[in-house]
Amino acid sequence: MTIAFWALAVLLVASAMFVITAKKPVHSVAGLLAHFFFLAITYFMLSAEFLAVIQLIVYSGAILMLFVFVIALLSSGVAPFSVGPDRLPKIAAPATLIVAVLLGFVAYGISREPIVLANEHGVAAGPVGAAGVFGSVADFGHALFTTNLLPFEITAFILMVAVIGVILLAGDHVPYVPTRRRARIVERDMREAIVRAGEE
Amino acid sequence: MSRKKLYNVGALLTGLAITFKYMFKRKPTIQYPSRKKKHAPRFHGLHELRRYGDGKERCIGCELCSSVCPANAITVIGAENSPGDRRSPGERYAARYEIDELRCIFCGMCEEACPTDAIVLTPRFEMSDYRRGSFIYSKDRLLVPPEAGVGLAPDDRPNGIPSDLGSVAETKSTVDTDEGYDATWRGTILKTQTKGLAG
Amino acid sequence: MNAWLSPQSSLWWAVLIKCGVLLFVVITSFAYAMLFERKIIGWMQLRPGPNRVGPWGLLQPLVDALKLILKEDLTPKTADPLIYRLAPFISLVTAFSVYAVIPFSEPGPGNVWAVGDVNAGILVILAITSIGVYGISLGGWASGSKYPLLGSVRSTAQMISYELAMAMSLIGVLILAGTTSLVGIVNSQAKLWFFIPQFVGFIIYVVTAVAETNRAPFDLVEADAELVGGFNTEYSGLRFGLFFIAEYINMLTVSCIATLLFLGGWNAVGGLTMIPGIGWFLLKVAFFMFVYIWLRATFPRIRYDRLMAFGWKVLLPVATLNLVITAFVVAVRG
Repeated sequence: MTIAFWALAVLLVASAMFVITAKKPVHSVAGLLAHFFFLAITYFMLSAEFLAVIQLIVYSGAILMLFVFVIALLSSGVAPFSVGPDRLPKIAAPATLIVAVLLGFVAYGISREPIVLANEHGVAAGPVGAAGVFGSVADFGHALFTTNLLPFEITAFILMVAVIGVILLAGDHVPYVPTRRRARIVERDMREAIVRAGEE
Repeated sequence: MSRKKLYNVGALLTGLAITFKYMFKRKPTIQYPSRKKKHAPRFHGLHELRRYGDGKERCIGCELCSSVCPANAITVIGAENSPGDRRSPGERYAARYEIDELRCIFCGMCEEACPTDAIVLTPRFEMSDYRRGSFIYSKDRLLVPPEAGVGLAPDDRPNGIPSDLGSVAETKSTVDTDEGYDATWRGTILKTQTKGLAG
Repeated sequence: MNAWLSPQSSLWWAVLIKCGVLLFVVITSFAYAMLFERKIIGWMQLRPGPNRVGPWGLLQPLVDALKLILKEDLTPKTADPLIYRLAPFISLVTAFSVYAVIPFSEPGPGNVWAVGDVNAGILVILAITSIGVYGISLGGWASGSKYPLLGSVRSTAQMISYELAMAMSLIGVLILAGTTSLVGIVNSQAKLWFFIPQFVGFIIYVVTAVAETNRAPFDLVEADAELVGGFNTEYSGLRFGLFFIAEYINMLTVSCIATLLFLGGWNAVGGLTMIPGIGWFLLKVAFFMFVYIWLRATFPRIRYDRLMAFGWKVLLPVATLNLVITAFVVAVRG
């Protein structure tokens, strides 16, 4: 387990580095994909099956897919983004320092307590679907829909607000009209508004 | 198209039923190299140059076939018969006779134009080859060899599969086939050649 | 030596051996799924299908594989070499790795008919297959020409649209079974297969599965007629072969999932228990493969806007409704 963990750790950091150093956006996406994959394996090793799976389904399956969609549509054939020769190093040095110091604090804090891997037995054959096993889907769902229902719903609500906001910001500016008559009225109003704006 | 039609599940099921039924239908495919289809009675295929019964060539080098050919596929160069070596009964004979089978449209005009019934279209159709050059047939391939008889008469072009087109025994295809015939010299030669192999 | 035979390492060995056997079985069944498809489609189109290589064309897959291996492997000048070469492997590896969690028959005492019986089995499958799409979309992008790019964009949009409805249609089953473990789901179908109470979900699953695996009539990603092969236009030789294998293995995968979730897995039909569970499982998977091929032989390719409209305006709402009703019924009945 320890060997697997360290191998994964190295892969995780390497893929993350690749994401930020890659020159082509699609390479970054591929790196991020690998990163998510390794992250999911790490979750699996910690017996957090549900988290691992959701990590893959939601982030790799849906969100990253949208990245690919946008990148494929927008930047195909475009020369790779050039990194500014002076910008990155200037920020990089202090940023690295700060992150290193923070990581040091965290490492110090952790080292005072022994790390306990939740599940030391078995790699592939986990206990079957029963509740009461750490990280099991049943327990996760139970916790999500009882004790943590309010935060869960609030998160969902906030996401929904964000989606509506995006549609309002980026969407077509013609408001939704259910009938032709309404459409004519709206069109007339808009034209008048434009005329008025021109006069002012 | 109305929305009702767009998601017409019944039509989808009908389609599925049709394909399912067709799966068990008899297939019209004829497994070509091993089974062959009977061709039309007056099928136009590869040409051949005929002889008379005494072994003389029928072609007198008149070039009528060449001038009537709509595809300009035939080249004939005639020459005088020398008294010592008479190739044809007439005054002249074809010193060169070439047909470019890639240009030929197999219309049979040459056959109709020929005053001596020398050029005839046989029902042979398998002449694929690897090089374009090999489709220019000259006398060595067109002329019936003396030992193979006179060749195929234009009016008695038989029905069925020429026996030199492969084994006719295996004719279990859906299309009826007659027995093979060996009216062409190529057939006889092939037959004798493959006899040993077939046994 | 003893270290290699300890209980802990014997588990490893068992897993390794199972993986090897499974790899062989899956590759072989891919090969014959391909032949099966060509034969069935041939019959439906009044042709005999491949019958020249070996008796009844049984050696055709071998010859096809040889052809693909021996062909030249081309990389277009405009391609992104790294991603272009990586993409087929993403497709293939994800297609194979799904089989790590699929149980093929009833687990006996102390062993499972699977490489591993994971608690979140069905979710793991969904997660892995959701990565498999990257092979297609990245491969299409990296080819550096227009048809593959269009195919890749189509695949991304199609996947996002149909994965939602697919997941929704599966959740109904999960609610009925009360578990996400595949063994658990099959065991809870001992009395009644889920395709009866979840008929709507079943139909939606079959439709979305066809779309997810880019098969006709939803094969807009390849669309030979309009996109000249779509994402795999530029691929040749073995790399094309890898995509090809991945497509068929994905077909097998979704057939396996449908069998496990809706057709009662290895449960016997009508008490015919003399056929072992694995036999029933394979029979049901073969049935689904046949349905797939049947659909391909019957229906023309759907238009892209209708594909999208169908996914978002029909499948997703119906799947959601089905889910809500299922949840309600289960809650009321306790």
